Amino acid sequence: MPEYKVGPADIFADDERRIVACDDKEIGIFKLDGEFYGWHNLCPHQGGPVCTGRVMSRVLEIADAEGCTRGQQYDDSQKHIVCPWHGYEFSIKTGSHPGNARVRLRPADVFVREGQVYVRL
Amino acid sequence: MNIQTKFDANPAPIQIIDGLTDTRDVLAHARKNALKRGLADWFICDVDAHHVESISWHEVVKYIEDPVIRDNAMRFHSERTGAPPYGLNGDLGLRYTSVGGRIPHQDERREKIPDTGVHRDVELTRRAMDSIGVDNMVIFPTPMLFLGMHPQPEMEVWLTRAYNRWLIDRILSEDDRIKTLLCLPFNTPKEAERTVAEFADKKGVIGFCVPSTRYKPVHHNDYMRLYSMIEETGKPLAFHAGYHWHDPSLATVNRFIGMHALGFVWCNMVHMTNWILNGIPERFPKLKPIWVESGLAWVPFMMQRLDDQYLMRQSEAPQLKRLPSEYMRDNCWYTTQPMETTHPKALQNTLEMINAETQLLFASDWPHFDFDLPQMIYDLPYLSEQAKRNILGLNAARIFNLEPTIRKNLMY
Ligand code: FES
Repeated sequence: MPEYKVGPADIFADDERRIVACDDKEIGIFKLDGEFYGWHNLCPHQGGPVCTGRVMSRVLEIADAEGCTRGQQYDDSQKHIVCPWHGYEFSIKTGSHPGNARVRLRPADVFVREGQVYVRL
Repeated sequence: MNIQTKFDANPAPIQIIDGLTDTRDVLAHARKNALKRGLADWFICDVDAHHVESISWHEVVKYIEDPVIRDNAMRFHSERTGAPPYGLNGDLGLRYTSVGGRIPHQDERREKIPDTGVHRDVELTRRAMDSIGVDNMVIFPTPMLFLGMHPQPEMEVWLTRAYNRWLIDRILSEDDRIKTLLCLPFNTPKEAERTVAEFADKKGVIGFCVPSTRYKPVHHNDYMRLYSMIEETGKPLAFHAGYHWHDPSLATVNRFIGMHALGFVWCNMVHMTNWILNGIPERFPKLKPIWVESGLAWVPFMMQRLDDQYLMRQSEAPQLKRLPSEYMRDNCWYTTQPMETTHPKALQNTLEMINAETQLLFASDWPHFDFDLPQMIYDLPYLSEQAKRNILGLNAARIFNLEPTIRKNLMY
């Protein structure tokens, strides 16, 4: 299992995303709430460059006790990466599509060792 | 035992895709996927893609023949900055298609185009063809597809005619890989006939198109001469679907997703019903209608529904000699996109029911938010290689009389 050195962990700002090439594979590395997450840059829908899209908060629509809706809001605690090809959204932390958890990104093992970020494939 | 080899990970060439990203970068994965599947050597024709004619609208209005309207339109464009395209009645839904900017290429594409002497749309289309991996691309306009709902039928005639002349002049003449099914001002049958008579032989015109969003009965006697003329040319007639949020049948639908899902199919369901039950395939057996951009899942529904009712009420559709579904299978062609793939068995059944091997034509609908790629056909496990080759290009070559020559350059 080859390891790829990305660089010092402290060059990543929080909420930052970088896409790196590990030979012929592209991996999206996301730093979120102090943790690193890695996903293959390959959308399960049609193979689009999912990690290059916009990062957006999950949209919620809350129904009140009477079952009435009072509009929509963002849940900033749940960040999504949105595939720029057709808009599939995936939780950056879990890799799952919010509307169908069986549709998932392929994980890549991203970790920090001695202050350096690595990808292991 | 795991052997750990250490390498450096380099930054990938594309970090973020936005409205400024080059089409070839947006679609780099599509090109890679096509190469991986060996599609470089397959003839592929994309029967439905789009350009955004409204960006060039200040050029198009110069082609309006009525001198007063032309003058009004040109003055409007020169004196009102940021003005919407003169005369176009594009639907409100057009503003929502990118899902709030989540799908950037669906909004305006602002990538740099060097001045190579050809029109910007030619260059953008070439970039798309060589990324998606298609040899010929049929392009349609975008907001113009709503003109059938314009309150002034004359405006549909003026603008469609201006657009057609501009397209032939500025786009189709520049690259013979780019084709069109020329839009007809269908609300005015005589003008639609004039379009066929004047433009059928122009370079790149491989058929005609009724933008489906309109309230005109396709079986009215006023259209029979038009159909006969089109049949005579041997070129197909496409019904290109679209939505219209002001359609009363969609009055309660509050979300774009719902309006789009229904609207893009509903218009063609109505036209198809009239087309079949009024026996148009019996009257014009050589006329080749293509049902464009409604996806495919609606077809088995309609086949079952019409067959079922027809057997009980045959006297109400006396021109038919076969089941409605048989006309829909043998006398109609369909484009693939947006191909519904979430229920694979249903899709397989659909492809069997429409006899996809001869009747189905690949379409990408690039650059719209629900575009498809050739790999979607290539990857279907139950189709033979010949069926895949037919759907991706050879069926189109046959009905449009195209030379199935490889023209794409996936290796740029
Ligand atoms: S390829 Fe990612 S949403 Fe379609």
